[in-house]
Amino acid sequence: MSLARRIIPCLDTDGSRVVKGVHFEGLRDAGDPVQLAARYNSEGADELVVLDIAAARDNRPIFLETIRRVAEALSIPLTAGGGIRTLDDARAVVRAGADKVTVNTAAVERPELIAELSREFGAQAVVLAIDAKRDIDHWQVRVKGGRKPTEWNALNWAQHGVESGAGEILLTSFDRDGTQSGFDLALTAAISKVISVPVIASGGAKLPQHFLEVFTEGAADAALAASIFHDNVQSIAELKSFLHSNGVSVRLAC
Amino acid sequence: MTVTLIDYGAGNVTSVARALRKLGADVRLTANSTEIERATCLILPGVGHCAALLHSLDAHDLREPILNALSRGIPFLGICLGLQALYAKSAEAPELAGLGIFQNDVDHLPETVKLPHMGWNQVRSKRPCALLEGISPHDYFYFAHSFAAPGGGKETAATCEYGREFAAVIESGRIFGVQFHPEKSQATGAKILANFLRLAA
Repeated sequence: MSLARRIIPCLDTDGSRVVKGVHFEGLRDAGDPVQLAARYNSEGADELVVLDIAAARDNRPIFLETIRRVAEALSIPLTAGGGIRTLDDARAVVRAGADKVTVNTAAVERPELIAELSREFGAQAVVLAIDAKRDIDHWQVRVKGGRKPTEWNALNWAQHGVESGAGEILLTSFDRDGTQSGFDLALTAAISKVISVPVIASGGAKLPQHFLEVFTEGAADAALAASIFHDNVQSIAELKSFLHSNGVSVRLAC
Repeated sequence: MTVTLIDYGAGNVTSVARALRKLGADVRLTANSTEIERATCLILPGVGHCAALLHSLDAHDLREPILNALSRGIPFLGICLGLQALYAKSAEAPELAGLGIFQNDVDHLPETVKLPHMGWNQVRSKRPCALLEGISPHDYFYFAHSFAAPGGGKETAATCEYGREFAAVIESGRIFGVQFHPEKSQATGAKILANFLRLAA
């Protein structure tokens, strides 16, 4: 008996449609979020993340409706985020059916947001998303979809986030995101081995071997990917069966 | 049959209602003390902080109605915090009394493991339990918590291991509780809810 490592598909949306592109550029349509959610739910995904990467204020009701429809299609946990700046924003997302909320830029701009969310929903519902970029001997936190550098070192920010009440860290390697060259194992291990909450590794996944490495060498508790699942480059069932046969504890579809 | 789902503001109430309706249950969401006192089948969902649940029960004057309903022997299911609320108290909110059906306390999981205990884990059956009918030791359930009831109580029907052994499923008469989220545990979770509905019918 042991806690299974999780495989988490991510739907980047413009509010209503799944989109994809490297570093938020050259976005193109990748499908209907509800159809993809239903597919991943039946193929053995352990959780699902849905993000509003546009996060435009006037687009909010459309994204909330997307969350509602995606939640209805799922019997696994749903994390939603993108554009959550206040407790009220998070309440709307939870009311629409998300089990967890994820915050990124707004938490860097106003770190108290993490504690506010944790008090209201519990730490288990607060996922701190961190975009980290290699900077010689450490990783620097970036915000605004990776465009804007900050003063934070990723490890310090992760620790601060956990002390403030985050129950999970969604750690994206800015250097690897969209490259399909494998997760940043050094980054993932550096954070995951030090902090006391689960870490979801993100950015760079393509091959089953990449997932195996991030669960072993990277010490990740969960791994997230988007386009390789959307484009059928990698099936979740085959990925899990590969991990299982290599000794990684995963939940195999029943 | 009608299931009364106690709606005191828990985040997972909608998904619990949806999962029950998919199984054909007639679900009534309410925080009304009279309705809860007269219920023929009660579910207490929960997620988040124990103090929020207990304060909310007090704000709606629901302690007595729930205890009165339980003393009539109606089927009851506590989910996650709804299980923890059945104990004397929780280390998460030591200043507040729980419902006190079971005399043990809910404690923090050890910090030797990453917390929260987040994700899919398996349970080990301690004794036959109607709620676990058709469930195999290989089945996985979704957990999301940092506090848990002791695994050694008389009410414990199945345990899970994470840092230490803790109660994953409890049963005492027609009072049941699950530490995991059946509403988020796909087909295995649906089986648990279906078992509860069947034995409640």
